[in-house]
Amino acid sequence: MRRILISLVFLPGLLYGQNPSANKILEQIDRNMASKNRVLTATMIVHAQRGERIMELKVWSEGDKKSFTEYLSPARDKGTKMLKLEDQLWMFSPSADRIIQISGHMLRQSVMGSDLSYEDMMDDRKLTDIYDAAVIGPDHIDGQACWVLELRAKTDDAAYYMRKMWIDQERNIPMKEECYAKAGKLLKQTNLSGVKKIDGRWFPTKMTYKDMLKTGAGTEFIINDIQFDATIPESVFSKAALR
Amino acid sequence: MIRFIFKGLLRDRQRSLLPVIVVVTGVFLTVFLHCWMNGILGDLIDFNAKFSTGHVKVMTKAYAERVEQTPNDLALVQTGKLTETLQKEFPEMAWIQRIRFGGLIDAPDAQGETRSQGPAIGWGIDLLSANSTETQRLNIPKSMVKGHIPTQAGEVLISEQFAEKLKVVPGDQITLLGSTMFGSMTVYNFKVAGTVKFGSAILDRGAIIADIHDVQLALDMPDAASEILGYFKTNFYNKELAAAEVTRFMTSSDPADPYSPVMVSLRDQNGLSSMVDYMDLVSAIVISIFVMAMSLVLWNAGLLGGLRRYGEVGVRLAMGESKGHVYRSLISESILIGLVGSLIGSAIGLSLSFWIQKHGIDVSGFMKNASMMLPAVFRTEVTLPAFYVGFVPGLFATVIGTSLAGIGIYKRKTAQLFKELE
Repeated sequence: MRRILISLVFLPGLLYGQNPSANKILEQIDRNMASKNRVLTATMIVHAQRGERIMELKVWSEGDKKSFTEYLSPARDKGTKMLKLEDQLWMFSPSADRIIQISGHMLRQSVMGSDLSYEDMMDDRKLTDIYDAAVIGPDHIDGQACWVLELRAKTDDAAYYMRKMWIDQERNIPMKEECYAKAGKLLKQTNLSGVKKIDGRWFPTKMTYKDMLKTGAGTEFIINDIQFDATIPESVFSKAALR
Repeated sequence: MIRFIFKGLLRDRQRSLLPVIVVVTGVFLTVFLHCWMNGILGDLIDFNAKFSTGHVKVMTKAYAERVEQTPNDLALVQTGKLTETLQKEFPEMAWIQRIRFGGLIDAPDAQGETRSQGPAIGWGIDLLSANSTETQRLNIPKSMVKGHIPTQAGEVLISEQFAEKLKVVPGDQITLLGSTMFGSMTVYNFKVAGTVKFGSAILDRGAIIADIHDVQLALDMPDAASEILGYFKTNFYNKELAAAEVTRFMTSSDPADPYSPVMVSLRDQNGLSSMVDYMDLVSAIVISIFVMAMSLVLWNAGLLGGLRRYGEVGVRLAMGESKGHVYRSLISESILIGLVGSLIGSAIGLSLSFWIQKHGIDVSGFMKNASMMLPAVFRTEVTLPAFYVGFVPGLFATVIGTSLAGIGIYKRKTAQLFKELE
């Protein structure tokens, strides 16, 4: 689910399911949301314990393997760029004039102080490759009827042992996700809202991420503008574009 | 009389050799163990005080609750004013600001791209002020391996082991990738001035030491610091005085405000109080066990000696020597054995302890994955109690052992002596 939610922003979704009913639901989400590529501008608001930080960013993504992000503001972060190609991630800092590869334990660190980790951004495997999915029943969020899906890890390297996701039955979009540790502790929570019909598909334009182990009130990610199936030059997804 | 007993002991070595060996062994082990425990405990406290805890530490309440994570988003602000207040209110202590931070250190190749990198724990300390005491406190001059201590802004020290891992040498550029006080990402370039070896696995694995003003710039922490450490100007940690300072400071702390400064004494950080109490307890138990074991062995030796000297004691009783006199002479012998054994045992124990105090034992091979801040070279510490901690029980155990064994003398029946001797 986290991958789906990250995919909403950074990557087009590609989802499959093993449990027949869960599989059908995930396919419906995919049909609704998948696109060849997307370009979006967004505002990220990090509600930290000592106040909030607002960042503007632009994201280009193609398939589920390539994405390029440029931070437009504030001044301290302006010009910072990130490139993801397959399972590798680089970032460029204009102040240090350095291209740095993010790897190892750094992938678990927060992205720009938000409630998202690089690992969350990087995990582009299909959910059904990592989790056994099952529909555990209906529920309601903000008056909308939802299916509740439970995904349990079937591989040792899954980022979370268990995930629960609430899927809007009518519009085929995720509304909420909870990620749990093996001991049952809630690690991350995501709420999606601001659902709009864009280019004939329903799409949530606001995501609120909360890392339950961090202080602060979470991170809001608001999509200001999004284009599906735009023309993106291949040069965007290259290290040369970082500088 | 003493000379007479002493000659008897020397001439009949079977009477004295085993008890003396037992006393020497027991006293030696007690003295050495006492010095060893003292040394480790002293090093542990000293090392933690210098690098981590101070004699007291001031932090925000919220930072103190998560101190092991070094959460700089909860750091102290307006630290210049706070430090001035502390210097005025607590003049018996020296107050210094520090920033502790974590992050990734990245070494670039010729194209400015990542060549090697590794996680680091960092210290922002006052390196560049003319009157800074920090370099001496952290023993940096003696810990230098290559290069020099930073003399200008932008220069840093990194641990030698870390430098080897990153393949950097003094003069190379490295980049810190971390988080600012406000949670934003920071990428900041430093120049390696030199490399150091502190002799602590956790530090030598990946430490970086920079001037606090550079770290304030890198982490967007103007007039802010993770913690303000207080050190008694005598350089000695005084448990009672530190507790009194904490109590006095805490009267002005607001428990409802997570950013209100709180003061914590050395003992109440890094689990040191429970460790100190635990080691004190272990030390007391070990010494008690030695005394008890020595008493039992010497009692046994006394019994064996009593059996061997059954005839001698019988003759002495038959010749009219009183039971009390025989008993007292045995006690006198045991005092002499105790004195000699305790002197030899203390001398060996103290000599070995003095040697290890001077040269140390390198245990770094066993501490490669240590997560605690421990020195890699263990040393003993010879204190005044070491001169009597083994000597007194050595003497008493011998006397107690002989007293117990000698009780048999009073059970001998004079009327049957000649019959027994026949």
